[in-house]
Amino acid sequence: MTAANDTSVSIQDLSLNFGAVTVLETLNLDVADGEFIVLLGPSGCGKSTLLNCIAGLLDVSEGRIFIKGKNVTWEEPKDRGIGMVFQSYALYPQMTVEKNLSFGLRVAGTPREEIAKRIARAAEILQIEPLLQRKPAALSGGQRQRVAIGRALVRDVDVFLFDEPLSNLDAKLRAELRVEIKLLHRKLQNTMIYVTHDQIEAMTLADRIAVMKGGVIQQLDAPQTIYNRPVNRFVAGFLGSPAMNFVDGRLEDADGGWRFAAEDIKIPLGTYDFAKPPAPGPVTFGIRPEHVSLNSGTGWPFSIAANVEVVEPMGSDTLVWLKLAQQNFSVRVTSERTPKNDEAVTLGFDPMRASLFDTATGTRI
Amino acid sequence: MSIADITAQASTAAGARQDIAGPYGPKPRRVISRRNVFLYGTLFVMAVYYLLPLYVMVVTSLKGMPEIRLGNIFSPPLEITFEPWVKAWSTACTGLNCDGLSRGFWNSVRITVPSVLLSIAIASVNGYALANWRFKGADTFFIILIVGAFIPYQVMIYPIVIILREIGLYGSLSGLVIVHSIFGMPILTLLFRNYFASMPEELFRAARVDGAGFWGIFLRIMLPMSLPIFVVAIILQVTGIWNDFLFGVVYTRPDTYPMTVQLNNIVNSVQGVKEYNVNMAATILTGLVPLIVYFISGKLFVRGIAAGAVKG
Repeated sequence: MTAANDTSVSIQDLSLNFGAVTVLETLNLDVADGEFIVLLGPSGCGKSTLLNCIAGLLDVSEGRIFIKGKNVTWEEPKDRGIGMVFQSYALYPQMTVEKNLSFGLRVAGTPREEIAKRIARAAEILQIEPLLQRKPAALSGGQRQRVAIGRALVRDVDVFLFDEPLSNLDAKLRAELRVEIKLLHRKLQNTMIYVTHDQIEAMTLADRIAVMKGGVIQQLDAPQTIYNRPVNRFVAGFLGSPAMNFVDGRLEDADGGWRFAAEDIKIPLGTYDFAKPPAPGPVTFGIRPEHVSLNSGTGWPFSIAANVEVVEPMGSDTLVWLKLAQQNFSVRVTSERTPKNDEAVTLGFDPMRASLFDTATGTRI
Repeated sequence: MSIADITAQASTAAGARQDIAGPYGPKPRRVISRRNVFLYGTLFVMAVYYLLPLYVMVVTSLKGMPEIRLGNIFSPPLEITFEPWVKAWSTACTGLNCDGLSRGFWNSVRITVPSVLLSIAIASVNGYALANWRFKGADTFFIILIVGAFIPYQVMIYPIVIILREIGLYGSLSGLVIVHSIFGMPILTLLFRNYFASMPEELFRAARVDGAGFWGIFLRIMLPMSLPIFVVAIILQVTGIWNDFLFGVVYTRPDTYPMTVQLNNIVNSVQGVKEYNVNMAATILTGLVPLIVYFISGKLFVRGIAAGAVKG
């Protein structure tokens, strides 16, 4: 297989069934050397299962896995050149941090000086030198996760696998460690595959995000592309907080071009970049709250009037909720321009920023 | 705001509180409430119920026979004598041997120690394999084991006699050790399987990624974390095997009778005078080992659980 040689991890036609349940379905994924890939999806989408398959902790039903050009489908986890970081840290509770870090090396029979050297290096990178003689029980959550990363680090592996490593931490620590993992990736330049259900982690860390659902990769792209041009309604709704607004309506062929219509609302789609040739029919119109502007004057070729229902101040900005064609619709505005409840406002946006989905299939139009 | 202001405010707040009428702070609880009387009353009655026989045994074992014949079983001994204890241990006659329970004691030790070690060693590996390495047919194997736990022992006595006779171990201590180890297997395997299954699976996975194999993970990761369950298993096995009478009487010969069988022979002898004081002393001596195990390991048990607790 030639394609496998220039990639770090290559997954080909991978399927996994537990009895009658299909968890992964003919999945293909190529990860470039040094790339940071995030597997993102709701719980039960198969992202952790995929990671366990790459790690060799689960036997695959079909397909094969290459790491560094070597077919590792039947290899033991330790022979795959991977290091793994788990959500619950999975530190050996009866061992000190140092013993935790060195366990893999001791099992492999690495010489003592070499072990000491590698631990010193890992401890320096992760700034855990003062903790080396402590037991995991005496560490905080953030420290434990650092040790868990260190355990992968000392083994000098090609590929790092992260299984929701930050999910057990509080919000502040999560943000800190997120930055540290990004720095670590810059420093080490290793291939990293990172599983999370947190879209912020995915957006901030990834070179490319693979959004998964039902054991299938829905979209594999750079974060910005996924954010701006989601391929289907699931991806559009899963990424973004607050979530993208969806309005069900129809696509119509008006005299001047295509337009979206829902009840009395008509939006000409002048600058919209169609993904495939449009045809009249039921569609779902989606636009992100921050791409809509409120009372911004007459810059747009249309105007939509609405009444403010609820205002949610969030500090840096404010979320304004209103009804559009009897469907909930949110707009993100700066705190200074917050309207009052029940105030009449007009909405405007650039149709280029919008996304249109086939209502029946959910795919992007 | 200066510190002085804050303290001034705090004191006025505290002063104001005293003026507040109605409930404030922890709810007062009466020591003698209906709930407490009921709770401690029940506990006291139950404790007396269980301790009274022990009291009678201890008191009787310290009396001489003339005093026992007076019939006041609850009265403390007028004259404390340890003669019955000595006799029970070293000179009481069982069958042909007149060297007391000491022979049975050492026989029981020689039966219990290897049986406990062997059965726990095998069952812990069984449980570990069943919980962590889901090998082919593991479920079937487990069901068979569990069914084994529900078959009454009596059904298997005769077949086992034949098996032991055929392999030449009938009447020997090692034969009995094997029987005890096998019969401890279902419940111990279940115990260990459930314990290992309750350990975080990610720990097992991490060890596999680190390259440890079947025995490496068992000996270096799982064993150090399983002190509590080993203590539980030891309590179960030591008391179970030490107290066993049925297998002891069936599978051994008079020379190799365990302590329980000897005790029975002393207490149930139909000839001569019933020496109640010797019987009581012998019974207490026989029951002492499980009692000591409970007292020592009970503490260890709690400590083991506390030491093994690492929160995620």
